Amino acid sequence: MGIWLLRRLGQIVPTLLILSVLIFGLQQLMPGDPALILAGEERGDPQVLAEIRAELMLDRPLWQQYLAWLGRVLTGDFGFSWRIRMPVAQLILEKLPVTLQLGLMAFVIAVLIGVPLGIVSAVWKDKPVDWAANGVALAGISTPNFWLGIMLILLFSVQLGWLPPSGYVSIFEDPWQSLATTIMPAFVLGNSIAGVLMRHTRAAMLTALSQDYVRTARAKGLTERMVVVKHALRNALIPVVTLGTIELGRLLAGAVLTEQIFTIPGFGKLIVDAVFNRDYPVVQGVVMATALIFVLLSLLADLLYMAINPRLRAP
Amino acid sequence: MTPALEVIDLAITFRTDRGPFRAVQGVSFAVDPGRTLAIVGESGCGKSATSLAIMGLLPDSARITGSIRLAGQEIAELPPEPRRRLRGPAMAMIFQEPMTSLNPAFTAGEQVAEALRLHRGLSRGKAAAAAVAALEQVHIPEPGRRAAQYPHQLSGGMRQRVMIAIALACRPRLLIADEPTTALDVTVQAQILSLLAELKRETGTATVLITHDLGVVADQADEVVVMYAGQVVERAPAARLFANPEHPYTVGLLGAAPRLTGGRGRLASIEGTVPDLMAPPGGCRFAARCPFAVTLCHLTPPPLRTLAPGHQAACHRAPLSAILGEAA
Repeated sequence: MGIWLLRRLGQIVPTLLILSVLIFGLQQLMPGDPALILAGEERGDPQVLAEIRAELMLDRPLWQQYLAWLGRVLTGDFGFSWRIRMPVAQLILEKLPVTLQLGLMAFVIAVLIGVPLGIVSAVWKDKPVDWAANGVALAGISTPNFWLGIMLILLFSVQLGWLPPSGYVSIFEDPWQSLATTIMPAFVLGNSIAGVLMRHTRAAMLTALSQDYVRTARAKGLTERMVVVKHALRNALIPVVTLGTIELGRLLAGAVLTEQIFTIPGFGKLIVDAVFNRDYPVVQGVVMATALIFVLLSLLADLLYMAINPRLRAP
Repeated sequence: MTPALEVIDLAITFRTDRGPFRAVQGVSFAVDPGRTLAIVGESGCGKSATSLAIMGLLPDSARITGSIRLAGQEIAELPPEPRRRLRGPAMAMIFQEPMTSLNPAFTAGEQVAEALRLHRGLSRGKAAAAAVAALEQVHIPEPGRRAAQYPHQLSGGMRQRVMIAIALACRPRLLIADEPTTALDVTVQAQILSLLAELKRETGTATVLITHDLGVVADQADEVVVMYAGQVVERAPAARLFANPEHPYTVGLLGAAPRLTGGRGRLASIEGTVPDLMAPPGGCRFAARCPFAVTLCHLTPPPLRTLAPGHQAACHRAPLSAILGEAA
């Protein structure tokens, strides 16, 4: 177990290295010259452009740029945003709590809707409950986030006036106000994932319910509730946990459209702005941060997997 | 004595897309406490459907008619909840597939203990201790250590022992064993069978043993019911059935045919296939495969006739001794 964990942690390093090369390379394919954008009004002056290029090492060969960046990242220095003139690390740490809060809230909503719906629709397969649950899931999957977001704003902010239409308040400043500003975007994001979770839970439960051990559980005289919740669900959760962790990773990578609609200052907004401004250090920093979150979550998924699946734990 | 189990004129019909599928028809038998009844037949003859009907574990698409009496109590018409409460304390079942019949996510001990907590109201600690005792009773070495292990850590024979421990934990009056040794190695088979026989002697549990293995039948059964295409074709005390089979299908199963017809091997396998139960033949269901069939056999289904005390067969040509005498 200890050795396994060490080896698993060791895999993270090459993963992130390969990813950093990819990001660095892909950025070079983006059209537009950062020096021209940064020079602004003075973009006609070759002298200014040369200075900017020298300062940002844009005049050096690509591999030198990469190694310099990597060297600084390894010492914890993600560089300065070219546009906002702020350390990238600080930018990321500022946006991280926002994205974490929104992502986790969305995830909880998705699990609370998706998993129970999946269970009931599997237990009452081909019954009205199943059709209704499938309808909800299909609606969740096929409703565009931007549309649902706008509709929610129209209903709860414009018509009823219950919730603020946009903006963000930190949970440390005012928890209630923070909840009020994030509940709608969290629901929009959670709703889109709930359908996927529901379909997976349903499929996994149907598989589990048709297994021999479920027949054994019934033959023991267990109540149907124990058969479903204890014997079938425990096994059905194994694939659902994996999917859930991946979806959580996607949520924590930021939600571009939803953050735009509700003007939530999270990762999604940060990276879109950075890409439009050719703000390479920010793009690199944010992508590396989300990659790290993803890698850590997949480690968490493996650990959870072992916790619920004894076949992976013991020899 | 009231039989531990009495099945009278049981019929099972499944709703299917092609129409009703009559899996079992007119099946009757009884088992006394401490006795073993074997139900013999090939796959699809209705023996597993019969056992699931007794347990009340058939899918919703199944309809049953007829009577199932457990120690005199009619249970075929019971609603699901009182029916469920019978499973465990009154009747239990062991399945064919020890590799998949245990839940991979729980320890062996927990899977024995949960039934004890539910049916006997034992506390967690007491149920766990009773589970270890139950594992010891089925001769699992180091039961304390094994109780804490998961199914994937146990061998096939060990898993079947755990299944038996689960089934017998609540001391049921009736045990249904559906091909309990089919999936096991031959040496392990013998161990499991002798364990079942030993536990039957100790507890007085009535056993219904479902099998297609006549060696197992000879070893274990007091009485035998032979099923073919959803119907009982012969029913007799075990010793008598082996000595004097009266239905051609039983004769074929026993592999006695070569001696009767002269040519070696011709009937060692029974020619032809089981009839389609969606459209069963009008006469005897075995007629198309029967070496003794006459015109009557293809026209009229033969009733189950008593040929000797305790010995019944559904064959127009029975007793076969006369025909077999001619052939020899």
